Amino acid sequence: MSLWSRVLNAMRGERLNREIEEELQAHIEEAIASGRDPREARRSFGSMLRRREASHSIRAAGWLEAILADIRFGWRQLGRNKVTSAAAVLSLAVGIGSCVAAFRLIDALLWRPLPISNSSNLYVLSRKMIGLYGRPVEDGHWATPEFKLMHDAVKEQGDLIAISDADRTDVTWAMDGSDEVEKAHVAYVSGNLFPVFGLEPALGRLLTPADDRGPGAEPYAVLSWDYWSHRFGRDPHVLGGSVHIGDQAFEIIGVGPRNFSGTEKGTVTDVFLPLSMNKSASQESMTWHRVFLMLKPGVKQATAIEPLRQHLSAINHAFQVSCSSCFHGATQRDIDRFLNQQLVISSAGAGVSDLQKDYRRYLGILGLLAALILFIACLNVANLMTAQASARAQEMALRISIGAGRRRLIQLILSQSALLAVLASLFGAMFAAWSAPFVLSLVNPPDNPARLALPADWRVLLFGFGLIVLVVLLFGLLPALRASAVRPVAALKGGEDPHSPRRLMRGAIALQVAFCFLVLFMCSLFVRSFQRLQNRPLGFSTDRLLLLETVAGKGRLPVVWNQTAEALRATPGVDSVAISGWPLVGRIMINSEISINGAPPSPTPAWFLNVSPEWFSTMKIPLTSGRAFRPQDTSPGAAIVNEIFVKTYFPGQDPIGRTFERGAHQPLNKIVGVTADVPYHDLREPDRPIFYVPFDETDDKTLPTPVGFATFTIHTDTQNPLALANSLRQIIARRNNGLRVSNITTQLDLVRDQTIRERLIATLALFFAAVALLLAGIGLYAVLNHSVLQRRREIGIRMAIGSPRSGIVRIVTLDVFLMIAIGGGTGLSFGFGAARFFGSLLYQVKATDADTMALPACAILLTTLVATLPAVLRALRTDPTEILRAE
Amino acid sequence: MAKTDALQGSLDLLVLKILSRRPRLHGYAIMAAIGDTSGEVLRAEEGSLYPALYRMEEAGWIRAEWIKKDTGRRARVYELTAAGKKQLGAEESRWRSVSLAINRVLREA
Repeated sequence: MSLWSRVLNAMRGERLNREIEEELQAHIEEAIASGRDPREARRSFGSMLRRREASHSIRAAGWLEAILADIRFGWRQLGRNKVTSAAAVLSLAVGIGSCVAAFRLIDALLWRPLPISNSSNLYVLSRKMIGLYGRPVEDGHWATPEFKLMHDAVKEQGDLIAISDADRTDVTWAMDGSDEVEKAHVAYVSGNLFPVFGLEPALGRLLTPADDRGPGAEPYAVLSWDYWSHRFGRDPHVLGGSVHIGDQAFEIIGVGPRNFSGTEKGTVTDVFLPLSMNKSASQESMTWHRVFLMLKPGVKQATAIEPLRQHLSAINHAFQVSCSSCFHGATQRDIDRFLNQQLVISSAGAGVSDLQKDYRRYLGILGLLAALILFIACLNVANLMTAQASARAQEMALRISIGAGRRRLIQLILSQSALLAVLASLFGAMFAAWSAPFVLSLVNPPDNPARLALPADWRVLLFGFGLIVLVVLLFGLLPALRASAVRPVAALKGGEDPHSPRRLMRGAIALQVAFCFLVLFMCSLFVRSFQRLQNRPLGFSTDRLLLLETVAGKGRLPVVWNQTAEALRATPGVDSVAISGWPLVGRIMINSEISINGAPPSPTPAWFLNVSPEWFSTMKIPLTSGRAFRPQDTSPGAAIVNEIFVKTYFPGQDPIGRTFERGAHQPLNKIVGVTADVPYHDLREPDRPIFYVPFDETDDKTLPTPVGFATFTIHTDTQNPLALANSLRQIIARRNNGLRVSNITTQLDLVRDQTIRERLIATLALFFAAVALLLAGIGLYAVLNHSVLQRRREIGIRMAIGSPRSGIVRIVTLDVFLMIAIGGGTGLSFGFGAARFFGSLLYQVKATDADTMALPACAILLTTLVATLPAVLRALRTDPTEILRAE
Repeated sequence: MAKTDALQGSLDLLVLKILSRRPRLHGYAIMAAIGDTSGEVLRAEEGSLYPALYRMEEAGWIRAEWIKKDTGRRARVYELTAAGKKQLGAEESRWRSVSLAINRVLREA
């Protein structure tokens, strides 16, 4: 109460003074009324002013009053230079806002603990091994039978939990009475998930270990709170309703707690199903879900993890060795390579997702860029404050000579800095509130956006507050120390060493140019890498290609698919229709071993795709030799391969007419044609060996086999192929032949989705580069302008004694260009250092390319020219007579 | 007049004691009451009374309130808080032990 009232009183100093005065006055009147001599009564009180001051300092917090006075003074100072103050506030706001936005994204994706109990005890299991092409890979997915073994083995120390990735799945909610198919993120989880995570239902009940006992036994579903809210408007009557997924029906038994949306950061799980309800759960060789470890309370993390890891590792090895179906047809060498795997237990309190893996370094770069922008802005403002402080040297000298202490002066300047920073952080907070969700919305394809909770809670506030303190110290402390070190005698005499503040400002300029160069350098790398990737020759056309990813329950014979394609072909607006197993550069990639003439499979696998005869012409992939598929071709039988396939398996031979098997002792495939190379799965990777087989497959008795899913590739004659999508989907639906369109996209979108990360980082880097250049330009302009103003006496004298104009320009700009050269060199070395950290994110671009360095250098030089011009002109227009007369 | 250090240090005690007997007094009345009850032996100096009052107010021992007097002027009256009552007890026992000690010294010497 006491401190609070003193703080309050400090806020209303004048009123407090009046109150004290009134009370003391009342006392004297009382004394007079009781018969004392008025003069004696007053005299006995002593000095009224001193009494009032003494009373005031008891009742009001003095330090606060001083700070308030400083802030009021600082506010007036800022108001005096409205344009520079606004520039300072805005540039700091962009810096602070970018940093806070970057922090919100990084924190939300990588650091923020899951909303579960004991998240710090949560770990995830994975295996490190040497993958295809000899690259080390980390596999986080496990087979359910192995999970159960491991779960039972470590029961004493911890609980193992299985959680599948939340895949975007076709679901039908039966309770609406409709059979409309929609997408939902469905995860299969072991029954102990909810109890071990300490989660309570918002409605109904959650899955328990009893719901996860056997295949097909407990068809129960739990909705996430988020999905229940936006899909069902929190309708409590969802309980008891059912959802159809594939050919299974699940009964909704409950809704999860409010915050919990799974462990896969970036994806919100909509529906949780029991692990054992998935058909993969019984297969030994199907690795399809992650395994988490929650240590039991009381188990020491430091000492428990390594023994656990060794125990689990032994179980894993034994399981792999005994797994009869795991290595079907693999060579001994591959089996050895696979068995030589290492089990890893890593901390997973913040969840685990592919998004984290894909974006960890991109977010690091985003954070670095934002921090650099903030540094540049701080240096700008530091220069501004130094310039102001040197203009205020006389004021400071006066304050010192009338007895202001050093601390008091530092406080005076720092409170002005703090005022700037607080104002800037208000705008920055607005910027961050808008930009963090905006950047997040660019992270994934628009039809499946990344979803992260971005709350503005105490973590963000704490970070923001820390940032303000750091910023104030960064740009305020040095000018404050300088100003407080003013020697009154020198300053009042007419200025001490006029060069010293300029030295400081020049250092700041060099540093600023270095940071700016680094930002531009990184921007140049990312933009060029993105352009390279985007302009990479594809080898197929993306123009007007509509893709209908279609499913057929338990499968339909190829003839059904071909008839459907025929029906689509007859639709107006459709040029040609082809069928393939899946689209190029989509999510699906399947490889196959290649064995030639019955020899053991070769070390490199090839990738394959089932296609109908029209597919090559629809995709505009040219045949280089041989022929295309004919309608009567079936698989196994005919095959078309790409050129890399020929180079890999038939080097220096004519491949037409030769045969290969998909693994040892498999049916023969005869090569009938060769096509140009195309990217199969990933635009960034070099082209791989691919073979195409006919869409019509037959089994070993040459009977047609049913096809469960395939993609209709449709070349339309409209610019926007999606315009036809709905009518084509209805045509398929009306045929009632069991085929159903599950997803609609275009080939162009698939290619674009491949470059999303590169596009995002290039866009952000461009934004930051533009801001950095602008700030550096403003900074340069301000410093030069200030230096010309300060040196106008010197310039005037030089002009008066006949210095040529070129000489004036030289003395004004020489050291600035020197600073820029030093800064540029420093920035370049920073750039090389940074490029080592993110070089692997670049596509066919190196830090040492001449282009990479030339672009930033040109941009900085141009900015410098523009920024120095006004100051140079001002210097040249100096009128010596006027200057000398003024002195 | 008696104006010793002991008294100076004990101004708080006197003020608290006066206010515990007669609540809602203004500054002048407190001063007058100290004079009256001590038979004009003790007199709080007017200059130090108010800072002492404010200090005790900030410490939360007494509470102040503006009231309107019959004359139309405002006056600030003080009364004891619960914390003040406790403080009074503590100060009283401290004073007793100090005066007991002084008496003992006087007797021995």
